[in-house]
Amino acid sequence: MKARIVVTLKTGILDPQGKAIEHALSSLGIAGIASVRQGKVFDLELEASDRKQAQAVLKSAADKLLANTVIENYEVELMR
Amino acid sequence: MNSAVIIFPGINRERDMARALTLLSGRAPAFVWHAETMLPAGTDLVVIPGGFSYGDYLRCGAIAARAPIMAAVRAHADKGGLVLGVCNGFQILCEAQFLPGVLMRNAALKFICRDVYLRVERSDSPFTCGYNAGQVIRVPVAHGEGNYIADKETIEHLEREERILFRYAAPDGSLDPSWNFNGATNAIAGILNERGNVLGMMPHPEDHVEDALGSTDGRGLFAGLSNHFAKAA
Repeated sequence: MKARIVVTLKTGILDPQGKAIEHALSSLGIAGIASVRQGKVFDLELEASDRKQAQAVLKSAADKLLANTVIENYEVELMR
Repeated sequence: MNSAVIIFPGINRERDMARALTLLSGRAPAFVWHAETMLPAGTDLVVIPGGFSYGDYLRCGAIAARAPIMAAVRAHADKGGLVLGVCNGFQILCEAQFLPGVLMRNAALKFICRDVYLRVERSDSPFTCGYNAGQVIRVPVAHGEGNYIADKETIEHLEREERILFRYAAPDGSLDPSWNFNGATNAIAGILNERGNVLGMMPHPEDHVEDALGSTDGRGLFAGLSNHFAKAA
């Protein structure tokens, strides 16, 4: 089973990297981008075949390591 | 004072830390590898030095915070043992949830490597008893992610419980945003945990312990700790 965890910064948390990318886009002349926030994508392959069990494993991985929930949110996407 | 310096892959400040500890306490620290599960018997102080553990992969300090030795460090802290984290060590202590909050990329996006001025907020902790409250010390920083952030409630707790030991200040001790070079909330440079036995700080007091290096302002921290344990003995 494959899964994807997307980690993003919470609203209101300053994202200097996103800001730098935003500036770089504007200096490239790519107009019309109001703001950029940078996040992380983790693609995981799971041994579990049971979806419920897989969800539990993924939640534990995200809570314990992949995201710092002080500043980040995450979304788990379980693929077929 | 028996100290133990924890080493993770990518840590690079352990020798200067050991040198400062030896110089000011008269006893060389033990080096403890991250894969160990026990601290040397009789350890008074655990130090997590600076560097770039695991190349700052994922988030600064995130991987080191989950290393096997950290369970022993937690048990040491739970018993009231002292823990000091400097720079990457501070980031590791936040990631391991010994301390609240997180150290984000410096507001100006740059890695900053220079001397800064710190105002010592309290002198009644084992870490700062070698200083006077309100004293200004000059010590170096060298970090890209030192911008301390926590939610509003946590910051209020830290302020109310006087858990902020060091703030970035002007040379005269006044708080001025232009001297808060990394943009840290409330100019926070170092904080204590609730119990007061764990300190995390971004600046490097271990770098300023020798006259030859231009300042000895970092000595107070190590001398204070050493006195603290000498008194307790």
